[in-house]
Amino acid sequence: MLTHLPILQVIVPLMAAPLCLLLVRPRLVWLFTLIASGFTFLISSLLLQQVMTSGTIIYELGGWEAPWGIEYRIDQLNAFLLLIISAISTVVLFAADTSIRQEIPADRHTLFYVLYLLSLAGMLGIVATGDAFNVFVFLEISSLSAYALIALGKDRRALWASYQYLIMGTIGATFILIGIGLMYQMTGTLNMDDLSRRLPEVAQTRTVFTAFAFVIVGICLKLAMFPLHLWLPNAYAYAPSIVTAFLAATATKVAIYLLIRFTFSVFDFSFSFTHIPLQILFVVLGLTGIFVASTTAIYQTNVKHLFAYSSIAQIGYMIVGFSVSTVAGLTATLLHVFNHALMKGALFLALGAVMYRIGSVQLTQFQGLGRQMPLTMAAIVIGGLSLIGVPLTVGFVSKWYLILAAIENGWWPVAVLILLGSLLAIVYVWRIVEAAYFKLPPDGRESIKEAPLSFLIPIWTLVIANIYFGVDTRLSVQVAQAASQSLFGVSP
Amino acid sequence: MLLGLYNYWVVIVLMMVGFYIVIAHGNLIKKVVGLSIFQTSVFIFYISMAKVDGGSAPILAEGIKQYSNPLPHVLILTAIVVGIATTALALALAVRIKEAYGSIEEEEIQKKDNQIC
Repeated sequence: MLTHLPILQVIVPLMAAPLCLLLVRPRLVWLFTLIASGFTFLISSLLLQQVMTSGTIIYELGGWEAPWGIEYRIDQLNAFLLLIISAISTVVLFAADTSIRQEIPADRHTLFYVLYLLSLAGMLGIVATGDAFNVFVFLEISSLSAYALIALGKDRRALWASYQYLIMGTIGATFILIGIGLMYQMTGTLNMDDLSRRLPEVAQTRTVFTAFAFVIVGICLKLAMFPLHLWLPNAYAYAPSIVTAFLAATATKVAIYLLIRFTFSVFDFSFSFTHIPLQILFVVLGLTGIFVASTTAIYQTNVKHLFAYSSIAQIGYMIVGFSVSTVAGLTATLLHVFNHALMKGALFLALGAVMYRIGSVQLTQFQGLGRQMPLTMAAIVIGGLSLIGVPLTVGFVSKWYLILAAIENGWWPVAVLILLGSLLAIVYVWRIVEAAYFKLPPDGRESIKEAPLSFLIPIWTLVIANIYFGVDTRLSVQVAQAASQSLFGVSP
Repeated sequence: MLLGLYNYWVVIVLMMVGFYIVIAHGNLIKKVVGLSIFQTSVFIFYISMAKVDGGSAPILAEGIKQYSNPLPHVLILTAIVVGIATTALALALAVRIKEAYGSIEEEEIQKKDNQIC
């Protein structure tokens, strides 16, 4: 049983998805989905523990040896990402039943959970697998179900957003497919570990160069990295609240993982960063992304839009950390992946609670909410502080490491710009605080009550995690450091 | 040189044609068609690279020494399935968009959205 953990991780949600259709009652389906997701969380915790004590786990599918068969390879990086995805998915699901009753027609509830589980299985699969083509397949499983999930949104704009995401996402995935094809053409292997050994021999050819370009552009489309982010704001804003919370906290993180995996493991570090000017390209795009997206966020009137743009800015921070390309920089990126999942999970779930009570997330509707929904708004405030990077929250930890990494590398201007970017976050978070605490509620809305417990429990679980991991950083920093050290080939 | 790489030229032409349609056309159905052409070019690319000079179909038979590489064929079977799923989903969305907006032209949809905001 224990040796099969890497595959169970993916199989459990994949098998649970069609089983949902057999359970007729929506409530039962919800419970079942929650159990399946909780199970993956349990597995990923065990995997992380196993990896941290005894090193990389290699699992051969069907007993076929690696370069021929598909292998699942779980090292610190994979285990870390698996834990983030399965944990967020489970916490978010707690609120799902209450939330979708309001936002999705009753006859589609079962299908919602089927899609949710498929999307989860896809993401876990991308992270767990050690085979390049397998990545593409899982990427499409998770993306296709994500498009359908977004289209479930109440507003008709959800359909249009989903369509746009589908076009962009498919182009991205096809680019990755072309890249993988070119790599296979040059090396005759699809196994990532094998690729990393064979690619250096042919690294100077134009084919490999093209393959790299296709893969990176494809991943950046999925990543919503500035300036390829156009699909993200509408997709997040009009999707059902639960879907937004789930995707915002996990989908882009998976793409970050792919970016790191391909640049550091499949193509080696020297190819990605010395042969190609990736560093300067990414640091410029990352910083521009932070400023453009944060500034755009300030002018949004829909709070979901606001946080969607803030997500693009946060992706900018991850990209900057990545482009520092030292152990410290990569640690900062991985920490931010973890921390941003906690922040955005909490924030979008809290928005889901507001949506549940008021039916809208327009900024004008937030007036007076500070008194009417004190616990939900307090969660948004703490999440916002975390976004800014105030000490004692997780946001501070990752920004601290990011700035240290930049300074260590002698990139003073970058460190200053990161701080300036945080100031913009203060502005957009303040707009929500101002509306919620310093304005009176609009007429005829005096009777709004606090969100139900099924929302408050998951929201506050994430908020407390935000504070806990901001104070006690041992777990997150230790794992992130171990993961980035292993990527650089430094023995810890 | 030119003729020897005939397949790859077809791939590049199809890829560019498909990509151009996706970007340039405002009609949602045409976009889906463009996307399909784009994906098909990749299928042809994979199948082309599997060909081994003088190789036969990968079926075990007497007297045949050299086989073409079957793996890309298998891979592309999966990719075709993915492509069909994508097309189906995109078309389903186009139907729903037509119901909700009364149009499948990008410009008109954008205009109707802007009116609300």
